[in-house]
Amino acid sequence: MASAWVLPTILGLPLIGAILVMLIPRSEAGLARGFGFGFSLATFCISLAILGYFDSEYGRFQLVVDKEWIPGLNAHFKVGVDGISLWLVILTTFTTPIAILSAYRAVDKHVREFIAAMLILEVGMLGAFVALDMFLFYIFWEVMLIPMYFLIGIWGGKRRIYASIKFVIYTMAGSLLMLVAIFYMYAKHGAITGEYTTDFVALQKNLVLSSEAQFWCFAAFGLAFAIKVPLFPLHTWLPDAHVEAPTAGSVILAGLLLKFGIYGFIRFAMPMFPAGSQAWAPLLAILAVVGIIYGAYVAFAQPDVKKLVAYSSVSHLGFCVLGVFAMTAMGIEGSIYAMLSHGLTTGGLFLAIGVLYERRHTRRLAEFGGLWKQMPVFAGIFLIITLGSAGLPGLSGFIGEFLTIFGTFVASDASIPVPRLLAALAATGVIFGAVYLLYMFQKMMFGPITHEANRTLKDLSGREIAVFLPIVAMVFFMGIYPRPFLKSMEPAVERFMTTYHTKLAQTRDQTYVPGVSPKQARAAESSNPGALVPRLQPAVAASAPAAVAPPADAQAAALQAVAKRATAPPVAVDQAPAPPVAVDQTAGPPVATKIDPQTRVAGVKGALR
Amino acid sequence: MKTNLIFLIPLLPLLGALFNLFLGRVIWRVAAGRDPSRRVVHFVAVGTVVASFAVALSLLVGPLFELFWKWHQGGKSGLSEALTQSVYTWIEVGNLKLDLAFRMDTLSGVMVMVVTFVGSLIHLYSTGYMADEPRYAAYFGYLNLFTGAMLILVLGDNLPVMFIGWEGVGLCSYLLIGFWFENNQFAYAGRKAFVVNRIGDFAFLIGMFLLFQAVGGLDYETLRSDAAMAAYRSPLWGERLAFWAGLFLFIGACGKSAQIPLYVWLPDAMAGPTPVSALIHAATMVTAGVYMVARMSFLYASSTAAMAVVAGVGALTALFAAIMAFAQTDFKKVLAYSTVSQLGFMFVGVGVGAYVAGIFHLVTHAFFKAGLFLAAGSVMHAMSGSGDIVKMGGLKKWLPWTHKTFVAYWLAICGIIPFAGFFSKDEILAGAWSAEGQGWLVGYGELLWVVLTVAALGTAFYMSRLYCLVFEGECRADDETRSHIHESPWSMTVPLAILAVFSVGIGFIGLPHVGGLPNVLESWLSASIARPDFHSTYPSIAESLHLSAQNHLGEGGLLLFMAIALVMGIAGIGAAWKLYRKGPSKLVADKSASGFAARIYQVVYNKFYVDELYDRIVVAPFRWACQALFDVVDKFVIDLIFVNGSAFVVGVVGRVARWVQNGQVHRYLGLLVVGAGCIFYFTREPTIDFSYTVSGGRVTFQADIGAGPSAIMSKTTELRWDFNGDGDSNDPEEQRFRNKTEAQLPIADVGSQVTLWYTDPVFKSTAKTVKPVDKNSDRVGGEQ
Repeated sequence: MASAWVLPTILGLPLIGAILVMLIPRSEAGLARGFGFGFSLATFCISLAILGYFDSEYGRFQLVVDKEWIPGLNAHFKVGVDGISLWLVILTTFTTPIAILSAYRAVDKHVREFIAAMLILEVGMLGAFVALDMFLFYIFWEVMLIPMYFLIGIWGGKRRIYASIKFVIYTMAGSLLMLVAIFYMYAKHGAITGEYTTDFVALQKNLVLSSEAQFWCFAAFGLAFAIKVPLFPLHTWLPDAHVEAPTAGSVILAGLLLKFGIYGFIRFAMPMFPAGSQAWAPLLAILAVVGIIYGAYVAFAQPDVKKLVAYSSVSHLGFCVLGVFAMTAMGIEGSIYAMLSHGLTTGGLFLAIGVLYERRHTRRLAEFGGLWKQMPVFAGIFLIITLGSAGLPGLSGFIGEFLTIFGTFVASDASIPVPRLLAALAATGVIFGAVYLLYMFQKMMFGPITHEANRTLKDLSGREIAVFLPIVAMVFFMGIYPRPFLKSMEPAVERFMTTYHTKLAQTRDQTYVPGVSPKQARAAESSNPGALVPRLQPAVAASAPAAVAPPADAQAAALQAVAKRATAPPVAVDQAPAPPVAVDQTAGPPVATKIDPQTRVAGVKGALR
Repeated sequence: MKTNLIFLIPLLPLLGALFNLFLGRVIWRVAAGRDPSRRVVHFVAVGTVVASFAVALSLLVGPLFELFWKWHQGGKSGLSEALTQSVYTWIEVGNLKLDLAFRMDTLSGVMVMVVTFVGSLIHLYSTGYMADEPRYAAYFGYLNLFTGAMLILVLGDNLPVMFIGWEGVGLCSYLLIGFWFENNQFAYAGRKAFVVNRIGDFAFLIGMFLLFQAVGGLDYETLRSDAAMAAYRSPLWGERLAFWAGLFLFIGACGKSAQIPLYVWLPDAMAGPTPVSALIHAATMVTAGVYMVARMSFLYASSTAAMAVVAGVGALTALFAAIMAFAQTDFKKVLAYSTVSQLGFMFVGVGVGAYVAGIFHLVTHAFFKAGLFLAAGSVMHAMSGSGDIVKMGGLKKWLPWTHKTFVAYWLAICGIIPFAGFFSKDEILAGAWSAEGQGWLVGYGELLWVVLTVAALGTAFYMSRLYCLVFEGECRADDETRSHIHESPWSMTVPLAILAVFSVGIGFIGLPHVGGLPNVLESWLSASIARPDFHSTYPSIAESLHLSAQNHLGEGGLLLFMAIALVMGIAGIGAAWKLYRKGPSKLVADKSASGFAARIYQVVYNKFYVDELYDRIVVAPFRWACQALFDVVDKFVIDLIFVNGSAFVVGVVGRVARWVQNGQVHRYLGLLVVGAGCIFYFTREPTIDFSYTVSGGRVTFQADIGAGPSAIMSKTTELRWDFNGDGDSNDPEEQRFRNKTEAQLPIADVGSQVTLWYTDPVFKSTAKTVKPVDKNSDRVGGEQ
């Protein structure tokens, strides 16, 4: 395929850049900066080629490259993008050069190491977004950690060691369990099909775990992702990391790293373990709403601007989590959109704080005030980004917030409990967002100048304007014309939801007791919402229905028992080969199977109890 | 009818804003090395709004009037067609499709004319009023941005597009209230306005979601389709869906249009420049809520309860704000409370189903209230910026034009015939009296009428008080100020004069149904909103509501009502004239100084302490909760106890392990001994088990000595069997297999149960196990 070169190139380019930068003599700091910026900018330009090759009508993975990598493990170097990861990849390549450019003056020690760390970080992030092999994904996932650890630990503030260790240990704790779950899937897939593989597509297609296994696997993946998001109450590493990280690090951290939590849920945890997702969704949705409100409240109490913005991320990312678990097209697309917008606006806010920090070496709100008069251009840009973050219609933040809340409001109560109440509570985040963001803006920009040091502040330089300009332009563009973004997400999101529901159905068809066929069970369930009807083993039911079928009265008794919701303990059979899956990776776009979530869901919950 | 020009109406002012806020500065700096001159700034600013007005007018008198006329001639059945334009698809996700679409029908046409016309005048006025402002371009940029956003609000063809404008005007309001941001209080007032509006917007969002869930679309055509009308009447939470959706949208309107309980931001909003108060906080933005209710008339008409809430809140606000206006001493504050009160009147109008009357009052109010504010600006301009009416008086001799125009506005708001306010207020009063609907409380309409009549009396009183204190009597200003009093330049007086002409004349577009007088506005608006003859507009809700002021009252009734209203107006003016003609009279001074009346005066003067109450019950607890959550939950519970706590536990374990593993062999050996001792001690109780196999008439027993050190270390195994079940192990067979782990014997020699004793060789303690033996067939048994 003509397009196959793109993804390896954008992965390879920053890597080569990082190696070359390390070869530059230590004294040539300017050259190192130039190299770093040049390579990241080139990566961005090449990543735009993805847009050219990408077919928005298509929900499957595109630009796929599949090369053998570790034969012993049968792990492949398999990468590809779909509508879900497409814009996140672009956001990554877009943000990195901006972050590097913003650090031209802020970072003056170990410059080439800094640039190399940024470039390696970019490789890790891009790799994790495009990886289609679980093992490869895990490697990239961990690769991201190391440069970030150094960014905080070397170029950070006073408590940088504490913050960097907290960051690494917290993230590691989550991801180790994920590794265990990956190995479990690897082994299970091998046991069932005879083929040991870590290929994400194959695992998703062939491996239907029992609902109990899904419960635990989802928990293992989910913990890693929830920490990354970060979901309340796993968030306390974030403010520390942000406050200590250098500006460029914060921009990457807030703008990109946090997205991997949500992305991980959408890409891996939910479609592979839908039954687990169903079981955990109520808790996660409630925590997301708590996080939205809690993050906003706590943000308001911060005397340090950077910490305020850090807590605002907890609030904003809560919207993303909520939208995903609502399991509506609006919720999921809104969630992805909110991620993109959050990357722009929060990244922009951190850049703005960095600009002030370079000038004043403080981030305390009380130290500022009246800056508009001194720095009108900066104030205007800061205002636009703040309003974008507060979700003003016409700017990028609104679309994501609007769609996630909307998607939650109209969600089925089979996906999350009391969807309308949760949506309403989440919507109060819109109020609180205005409260803390405008409070921050007023404290910094309005009022008289109270500190002498602020009287001599210089407005933005040309380089700084160049840093902000693309962000401001995108904040407007994404608010005014969101259609192209949403349009290219739509097929992938539709496909995600189809896969999810199909697999959910398969999971339930696997859970059986002798005597009731899946068909009968489904019929009984639709007349008894909320009941789980155990299934006949599919293989048996299919091969010799007449011979194996127990007497009619036994069947009737089983169904009757179900009607009373007194279910026999379900038996899992993931030893048996999974039935062929309706979704085919190689055929054309799948026809969306209409599955009524109401009848689908209830059973799984029962199975897990 | 599709047309492709509507988008220009909001776009032109937005382009003006783009120029004045951004492009103009960039171009001029690059080309000329300086910022654009004031002339360029206001030429662009005023020009774009006037151009927008011209486009709107040409559409109105051209294609829109054609459509209207066709509808008019066609027997006025249903609703008239509207001019629509879809610019592009804004959001499309799943089954949600939102176009950036505009709709100009007779209702939005009226609004557009008000916004662009009054807007043009105020832009023009601003060129004089703000002439000395250093941030001239920013001011006009915001003003243009506001006009554009307001036009999007008015012209949007679906609720989310309206919401863009809805929040956009809120933003401009925030920026313009806090325009002089160096004053912290002004900046705070702006923030307060935005946040209070956001509370309303939150409810507005919920209302939208409810509607979408019920109807499946958010554009007005879908929202008023027959299917939608049926959905509105479906039950939800013990009421109709229309009630909840209408209620949530109305809470949004309460925020934007400053109704109880969200009115508190508007009086503070007077911190902004006066032309801003005129345009945003009197004529246009604050009426958006009224417009929204009229726009969604089909929804509100589907729920009497929702209408009762709208009308009730409106009436309460009208009265409450009028009372608060009595005691204000700041020119603009009086006008602000007056605006809140007049908005209450409008909500009663749209709330009782007299949509035309509500919009009519909106239009007349836009002219006379904008005029009042501009006159206030002119007065304050003359008084060196002070707005304290106690320090004014006798200004009519210095400010002849301002005075003359002010009289027109004043009489208009007091409701004196033939000024504009008379007609519009009267229609609302008549509508309230004759309101009647399914489930409407008996006497509710009459009660609304009484409240509004009292409020109207109050309005006449406080406006006359204001007029007297400012223009009549002797000047109470200090000499310094007095020496500077001057009439304003033409750019300010010309808009005043034009607004005055309209304050007199605009009432004639909505004449009452007396003596065959035509009500032009009613015919015009009927083409696009619910009206008394619901049967032809919305057949599906015909039975739920019957409203028609005219039908119920008849000509005699209408005349009587007009007379009452006029008497109230004159009474209010008379009372104020008596008390304030020559400055505050002795009676007023005495009463407000001490005694019971003074206490009431203090309460009113302090606006019933509502702001303080909100501070206590909303703001302070919020701040407290924020701090508490951070200090207690975040820092202490989560971070200290759980996160660092678990790290601490790991650390302690590590330190202990480090102390142990210090590399000294004797310590390792000692621990080895202790560990081995522990193992011995805990495993000293022996265990024993056996299994058996029945095969070919013989039974084979296999003893299984439990694990543990004693079993491992013993050379001799002390085992005793009892095969025949006699309780001892002394029989010959049993002796034979003593200390053997395996035994085989004929089935006949085996009893019903077998016992095996095991004596621990080290500790000499004995364990035994007893098992029944099933000798029936070939089988393996005995495993536990």
